[in-house]
Amino acid sequence: MATALAQTPLHDWHAAHGGRMVDFAGWSMPVQYTSIVAEHMATRNAATLFDISHMGRLRFDGPGAAAFLDSLVTRRVADQKLGQIRYALVTNDSGGILDDVLVYHLADVGGNSYWLMVVNASNRAKIVDFVEPRVADALAVTMADVTFDWSMIAVQGPRAIELLQPLTELPINDLKYYHGAETRIAGHGGIVSRTGYTGEDGCELILGARAVAGVWQSLVDAGAMPAGLGARDTLRLEAGMPLYGHELNESIDPLEAGLGFAVNLAGRSFSGSEALKRLAEQTARPRRVGLTLAGKRVPREGYSILAGSAIASGAPVESTPVGTVTSGTFSPTLDCPIAMGYVAPASAAVGTELAIDIRGRAEPARVVELPFYRRNTKGIRT
Amino acid sequence: MKPEKLLYAKTHEWVAIEPDATGGKVATIGISAFALEALTDLVYIELPKVGRSLKAGEAFGEIESVKAVSDLYSPVDGTVVAVHESLPNELESLPADPYGKGWIVKVKLSDESSLSNLMDFAAYQKQCAEEGH
Repeated sequence: MATALAQTPLHDWHAAHGGRMVDFAGWSMPVQYTSIVAEHMATRNAATLFDISHMGRLRFDGPGAAAFLDSLVTRRVADQKLGQIRYALVTNDSGGILDDVLVYHLADVGGNSYWLMVVNASNRAKIVDFVEPRVADALAVTMADVTFDWSMIAVQGPRAIELLQPLTELPINDLKYYHGAETRIAGHGGIVSRTGYTGEDGCELILGARAVAGVWQSLVDAGAMPAGLGARDTLRLEAGMPLYGHELNESIDPLEAGLGFAVNLAGRSFSGSEALKRLAEQTARPRRVGLTLAGKRVPREGYSILAGSAIASGAPVESTPVGTVTSGTFSPTLDCPIAMGYVAPASAAVGTELAIDIRGRAEPARVVELPFYRRNTKGIRT
Repeated sequence: MKPEKLLYAKTHEWVAIEPDATGGKVATIGISAFALEALTDLVYIELPKVGRSLKAGEAFGEIESVKAVSDLYSPVDGTVVAVHESLPNELESLPADPYGKGWIVKVKLSDESSLSNLMDFAAYQKQCAEEGH
């Protein structure tokens, strides 16, 4: 029996404006409105809008919230100043990744501080189940799942700030990268954060579920092009950002995933910290790499990565697998196929010539530095 | 070619049957507009070689979009007698003119019985309407 899909407050808008709706983690979400490439390029060259209301939003209140979150995630967060946002991971006892999250430390208009954790839609129930008993045991902290009360949209691209600024009294150019604040957005209370998942400058907005459609329409009217999950995936892949369920899962730890920057082990204790201390000593584990291909055939998730240089395009598969592709696409910006995957350390150095088994025929690939695409950061405050 | 006059495979290839000079029949094969709209953002097509013999239902090539890869299946039994060689360099002609400039291969039929498994336009439209939901 089919289960009814959850709908975001923008669902009717998507359906009325040509959104091709798909099931994504139990939500009915638009994969594209026009074409993935058109929406992708509009993000790189102008501005686009993404409905990301399906992501989970968990709010933490109380004087114990900072210490509680610090005991929950891989990264030190208790020292976050008001307005700061950090990328972190929640790991299981073996150090495997339960989810990658954003932790916000914010203040309401009255100056009272609270914390927000944004989690992947596919992991929301799992993380709520993980956090609830721990919150119950902790001192002076409460958690509320506000996913359905609030909605979330992203406006991304070089024109994003210009289009958003007229809707809010917050001077967005004073907002540093990975910072956010409560403000008014088109007359409604909400949060503006200078974050995103596309590799471009831009903001993510958190608004009441009733306010979001008006703000979305205002941004469309101002010239932002609606974009779907298809473009979101090609954009994040070009930006070298891991995606849960592809680059990240419960049997991959943050260190092999190349996310060591989001792990603080010294003097800290959290779920998985002991395992991660042991794993940090083990250097022979696979690691995440970026790959580019010269041909047109596209590597997809699950394809084998093969050892060996000087393999001709289309050659029969003869060499041994050294790893597996976790995400692959045709990069609209770079005009070539790109992929991320995990390979043995001996094959992970930038410049290593490898090959990918694309449906029985080998195609040459090369390990490249991540990200594949880096925007011109001139003028961006970090 | 008018889409109403063509035959269709369940896997979204279209077929136009024409007589050739030897009294045999040649099938021109392409991909329906419905399938091309679902694919979007094409990046690559692989074509078979002239002379290859095909069975109905056999994969003869592949087409990739940014999003996914799909096999191309022969709707008929026969031998490839012509391939649209310039198509990989002008992929835009596929969605622009799927029943004309977007033809893919021509296959000389070895056996006409495979034609009985193909749908007419009305039946194919019904299938697309069901898949669209």
